[in-house]
Amino acid sequence: MIKLIPRAENSKAMIILSPIIALTLTALSAFVIFLFILDDIAVSSVFFTLFAEPLLDSYYFSELLVKAAPLMIIGLGLSIGFRAGIWNIGAEGQYVMGAVAGGAVGLYFYNVEGFWLLPLMAIAGIIGGMLYASIAAYLRIKYQVNEILVTLMLTYVAVLFLQAMLQGPLRNPSGFNFPESRMFHDSAMLPIIWEGTRLHIGLIVAILLSILAWFGIKKHMFGMQIKITGSAPRAAKFAGFDDNKTVWYSLLISGGLAGLAGLFEASGPAGQLTPGLPQFYGFTAIIVAFLARLHPVGILFSALLIALSYVGGENVQIDYNLPSSITQIFQGMLLFYFLACDILIKYKVVLFKKNN
Amino acid sequence: MSNRRFSSVLKLSILSVVLAFTGSVSADPVKAAFVYIGPTGDHGWTFAHDQGAKYVKEKMGDDVVITTVESVEENSDSERVITSLARKNDIIFTTSFGYMNPTVKVAKRYPDVKFEHATGYMLEDNLSVYSARFYEGRHVIGKIAGRMTKSNVIGYIASFPIPEVIRGINSAYLAAKSVNPDVSMKIVWVYTWYDPGKEADAANALIAQGADILMQHTDSTAPITVAEEKGIYAFGQASNMREWGPNAQLTGIIDDWGPYYLARVQAVKDGTWTSSDTFDGVKQGMVKFAPMNNNMPVDVRNEAMKAIIDLSMGAIHPFTGPINKQDGTPWLAEGETPPNFPDLLTMDFYVEGIDSKYPN
Amino acid sequence: MIENLLIEIFIGITIASAPLIFAAIGELLVERSGVLNLGVEGMMIVGALLGFVVISHTGNPYLAVLAALVAGMMIASIFAFLTQFLLTNQVATGLALTLFGLGFAAFAGRDYTEVTIDLIGPIHIPILSEIPYIGPSLFSLNPLIYLAFFMVYLVWWFLFKTKQGLILRAIGDNHDAAHAIGHNVVLYRFMAILFGGAMAGLGGAFLSLVQVPIWGEGMTAGRGWIALGLVVFASWQPFRIILGAVIFGGITVLQLHAQGFDIRISAQYLSMLPYLATIVILVSLRMRLKNKTNRTVPNCLGRIFHSTT
Repeated sequence: MIKLIPRAENSKAMIILSPIIALTLTALSAFVIFLFILDDIAVSSVFFTLFAEPLLDSYYFSELLVKAAPLMIIGLGLSIGFRAGIWNIGAEGQYVMGAVAGGAVGLYFYNVEGFWLLPLMAIAGIIGGMLYASIAAYLRIKYQVNEILVTLMLTYVAVLFLQAMLQGPLRNPSGFNFPESRMFHDSAMLPIIWEGTRLHIGLIVAILLSILAWFGIKKHMFGMQIKITGSAPRAAKFAGFDDNKTVWYSLLISGGLAGLAGLFEASGPAGQLTPGLPQFYGFTAIIVAFLARLHPVGILFSALLIALSYVGGENVQIDYNLPSSITQIFQGMLLFYFLACDILIKYKVVLFKKNN
Repeated sequence: MSNRRFSSVLKLSILSVVLAFTGSVSADPVKAAFVYIGPTGDHGWTFAHDQGAKYVKEKMGDDVVITTVESVEENSDSERVITSLARKNDIIFTTSFGYMNPTVKVAKRYPDVKFEHATGYMLEDNLSVYSARFYEGRHVIGKIAGRMTKSNVIGYIASFPIPEVIRGINSAYLAAKSVNPDVSMKIVWVYTWYDPGKEADAANALIAQGADILMQHTDSTAPITVAEEKGIYAFGQASNMREWGPNAQLTGIIDDWGPYYLARVQAVKDGTWTSSDTFDGVKQGMVKFAPMNNNMPVDVRNEAMKAIIDLSMGAIHPFTGPINKQDGTPWLAEGETPPNFPDLLTMDFYVEGIDSKYPN
Repeated sequence: MIENLLIEIFIGITIASAPLIFAAIGELLVERSGVLNLGVEGMMIVGALLGFVVISHTGNPYLAVLAALVAGMMIASIFAFLTQFLLTNQVATGLALTLFGLGFAAFAGRDYTEVTIDLIGPIHIPILSEIPYIGPSLFSLNPLIYLAFFMVYLVWWFLFKTKQGLILRAIGDNHDAAHAIGHNVVLYRFMAILFGGAMAGLGGAFLSLVQVPIWGEGMTAGRGWIALGLVVFASWQPFRIILGAVIFGGITVLQLHAQGFDIRISAQYLSMLPYLATIVILVSLRMRLKNKTNRTVPNCLGRIFHSTT
């Protein structure tokens, strides 16, 4: 039998080791699967394409960062709420609403040049995401309604809303009725920070946010407050922390950042609003936050890991003609292993024999 | 003297032969890539494009290396896929409308790579667009439907109100009406290209409302399985769907991209590729038909065959005036046929006689 | 004529609702035990594939349905093992399960997109199905639709009429207290998750065996996510699942029919309604809860349980 014994303190060694164990297990499973499905291709070269090429080739590396940036921004916002025990799982919806709100501003000022436009769109994006998340915050405070369920329901609504907007007011007037918006003009597009790639300012924002969040959690009173509220709600009350305030802050921050990420995606790599914009970022960011165990700097790395699985997976498909479903299978396994190995940090695994 | 001259001429000619080989006519295989919106097993749109890719490989053998990427979403991921392919290929086919803007962006960045975008409208020096006159196929199945319906109601499962789908509806309606003045058409918009469950629901709804013959502009085989089960008729879409409806499928509109793809890839190999705008139909063989079902009466079949022959000779045009728009305003005068642009490519109205409101 | 149309609409709604009923009634039991499994979509698609594969090889609908059940349970057992024994976060694990299930089904099913099968057809109950109007709409349905209704009843009976059901609900409400009085929290939850997987698998099989007899990648098209909303809409009450499924599933069917009559309602705005209604229901539930009349929300939903003893 296997028994889990809680450790008195989180194992320092395991914090480092568990992701390594998880990666090793994923690689082993991948190896076995490839042995079965590859006929005359060396598994090692597939491995290289999957895991190494995106890191070594400058173009793929830039794309890795492009894909990771929104995951970082959303994941950081979510992690703050998750620490406080506020489960916003509707970042996908807030991301969409941010993209629609900010994108609508950009489209309203179509062909109007000005340095002010992009900041205005970003603010609209943040507000769009915040307002949408605030519905869940309000219902939780006023009626104690579970925010997991409200944010999930609102995600479906947001995705439908995006489709309705693209078949209605935001549709490209000269786009032959195809359900997508115009391309944003230059003033509404994010600045590129690496010439010749799609890497935009969102990455810098993500890194700054990560430092800010790290500092906030370590030093700031609010960081303390959400930590205690999350782990010991009763103690938090005694300490005079305002529970409602935590709910508001958690949801507004995570919603606002998701909205910002949505706007960044629209006015960055996408360059327009399309029905395909959400691409599951809001949900993937939940996984990103958990892989990093909610640590603000760790989120930068877990976002890169997930992005690697996308970019590497695509390249495997291109180079070896493997189906796209392989990528999904890997992502699923990677997450299973990572989540499972985390137990080693908080618990000791002990094997013992039954006595009777 | 003369010898020297001769030898220099010889040298020059050898040089030019060598140049020709290394320059335009390449001995290396052409690398061609295809980007698909759905899985290759959808038996609709993507399946048909993949058949085209396979045809190129079959004809060119070792002279071509083909890469396909399936289920590429129409978002910022597609630009990365197209770029990755542009780094390693000579020609890239992007086979869905939503890839238009990403394809344009990548084409500008890779001027030496040739791009081909299906169903779009933006051209560059190294970017062609191509599309098929599926409405010609709809003309043929419209005639069959008009003859075969007993309830005089044709059910139409439509995806999104874009010009290509609207052209199909108008063309099928006019053809059906021309052989059966009592015919009417019920149109249901499902706002998806692929959702077998919803397509089946739509088929059932149309049948319940009296349709005894179905047309679809969606990609799954679901509607035809419903038709088979309910004992009514339908038409295959994009590929031969006979397997799913041996009795139901009267014929089907088949997208045959193979010859076009072969010509374009061969042109790259020969160094003769230039940017072009292709809009081909039955005449050029881009639109073909599944075998006519034997359960069709001979006269109906003959009429359909005649329409196909007329189309392939260029003798008829599915949109030949007089035709009014739905609101009664004239569109085409007696004997007039529409130009590609703007009439066909931007079509955003129903023709007179269709009862349904135009979707907004 | 109009009667026939109404009967057809009714049958159309039952067919669109049944996959949702299966998936949702399974998830309802899971959530009642205090576990939130967001992997319904992944479990459904695996069930859809396995049911299809088995019927294409054996032609036996019973085996196919059984295969879908077992397939759903197998994939759910990954979730159960991770969340119950390795104490992983349920939201993240459920999302991973969805990814894995969609990928697995797409990969394993590549050779089946060209395969055709005979669908499982409706049965006609003798005599009863002859009754005008009522017969065709109530006694000539697909056997799996009757099974869906029966499962709803079974779950209701289990939850409210058996001792084990009582324990399961107690565990969902307060796992620490239930553990303290000696109940095996992990065992109950493990079984509930397996049941949820079996039902999701069955819901998927309904799609590929009854609604459309084809296999296609991603053919569940988001129905697993709808089922998750539906459980909340039903406020964790089994019989309300039926009402909810009719609304969530029926709204599409009605909208398609309305188009036939040229009544145009925006498909998107109409589809939003059930989700917005769900939020209203959540609020009203809580308002009633303040008056201490009803207690249905499983309080431990999504929380990790680990006993130290």
